[in-house]
Amino acid sequence: MQGGEIIRGLMRDVSIIGIGQTPVGEHWSRSLRHLAYDALSLAMRDAGTDRVDALYLGNMLSGEISGQAHLGALVADFAGMRGIEAVKVEAACASGAAAFRQGLMGVAGGYQDVVAVVGVEKMTDDVGSKVTAGLASAADADYETVHGVTFVALNALIMRRYMYEYGLSKEDFANFSVNAHANGANNPNAMFQRAISQDTFMKAGVVADPITLFDASPMADGAAAVILCPTELAREFSDNAVRILGSAAATDSLAVHDRKNPLWLQAAETSAQKAYKQAHIGPQDIDFFELHDAFTIMAALSLEACGFAEPGQGTRLAVDGEIALDGRLPIATMGGLKARGHPVGATGMYQIVEAALQLRGQAGKNQLAGPRIGMTQNIGGSGATIVTHILTNNLNQ
Amino acid sequence: MTVEIARHWRLNAQRYSLVGEECPTCHDKIFPPRDVCPHCAEAAGPDFHFSGKGEVFSHTAIYNAPEGFETQAPYTVALVKLKEGPLITAQLTDVQNDDVQIGMPVEMVTRKLAEQGDEGLILYGYKFRPQLAAA
Repeated sequence: MQGGEIIRGLMRDVSIIGIGQTPVGEHWSRSLRHLAYDALSLAMRDAGTDRVDALYLGNMLSGEISGQAHLGALVADFAGMRGIEAVKVEAACASGAAAFRQGLMGVAGGYQDVVAVVGVEKMTDDVGSKVTAGLASAADADYETVHGVTFVALNALIMRRYMYEYGLSKEDFANFSVNAHANGANNPNAMFQRAISQDTFMKAGVVADPITLFDASPMADGAAAVILCPTELAREFSDNAVRILGSAAATDSLAVHDRKNPLWLQAAETSAQKAYKQAHIGPQDIDFFELHDAFTIMAALSLEACGFAEPGQGTRLAVDGEIALDGRLPIATMGGLKARGHPVGATGMYQIVEAALQLRGQAGKNQLAGPRIGMTQNIGGSGATIVTHILTNNLNQ
Repeated sequence: MTVEIARHWRLNAQRYSLVGEECPTCHDKIFPPRDVCPHCAEAAGPDFHFSGKGEVFSHTAIYNAPEGFETQAPYTVALVKLKEGPLITAQLTDVQNDDVQIGMPVEMVTRKLAEQGDEGLILYGYKFRPQLAAA
């Protein structure tokens, strides 16, 4: 067998039977364990189950910010599940989706029947410079971080070159931010629930030129969770289960400078193509896309790498309004990282929970008209780990 | 803190003299050095000394510095395209941020990278400055 081939016949089909999330924001009175439990208990209640076989936790910075490693055992014990298998999964900002994929593999492979996945991050327990340094640890410590590079700076380096090569201006990126904030305004769990104008975007202060305040997603606390089980059992738990059609993860060089083309997210292309192949669909079949808009430039690069736009044309989808709720490819339908907020290791799980809300018809004022297939994509670091999932509300296998 | 000395000492050849590698199979010049060529996946080859000349591929200024770099802010970081091929991440020095442009010729110099407090290490390594016209 060739590497990378999928032996679908040996795996069980898996569905999401419960979802839960905390509001994203500054939770001064709730610690890491509380936030994880809040989301987990909501998801278990939603699934109508009082037990799971295993718990997978997506988290990046518990050790750096809260002085807390060994998160699996901590949360399992705190949630009253002492004894079950539990482990933390870390892949920088892609920790959430990476944990989800571990849960999926546990169920698909037959090792577990009912699994909980929680993405949780507590970012307000330390000062800004420490959190900035913690986030920068996702980059190459010996060859990037030692030069004082931050995550914003890495994205700024990519964005400036992208604008230079394709002759773009700041206006071209505005609608990514405007769209995210418009959608966040109707999400009760979003950190920012106010729409912004193009003018506000253009007048925002510089963070790391050319990135200004409204290009960048905010740091936050938050937790989001799902319960997974084999699709053949899903109806016993839930009448609105969401089935996983495709799941793939890929890596690229850790450092931006080690890429043949720093303007192309190879791991996004690789993981999306694998997920499309598993789902037997192409980008034209995706009804909406929860992408990783940590910065506006990442939204553009993600759209290009996943086949929704030609290289250098990602911002056209924003300028032309195709990313709006009533557009051809709605993105960030509940606010995205930009407005919902970016509690790094939890973000991938928020994306999946939000996609499930859309597919269950529970997205409130932001509900799309009868979506069948949604895609989520969680990016770690400057693009070194990228995890793509395709979900549907059609349970027929 | 003393344990961290080895972590930086082992990178002296890279930090002070831009010593990378040349792949014996595909002849690509590699920096930073690795055990495996990133382009052809063969074992990476003998040392290669980079000239330190290159041009600015992209740049930005950092105002909100991470821990350990607060006193340097604001400072300019860049992706520099080395003459021999690879991109490298480094700070720019001896130039105002507003005067930096993509394509600007730059050359490697040795500067202080960071100080780790009163009892910690002082790290030195490469930064890049505008190429001197008469050089």
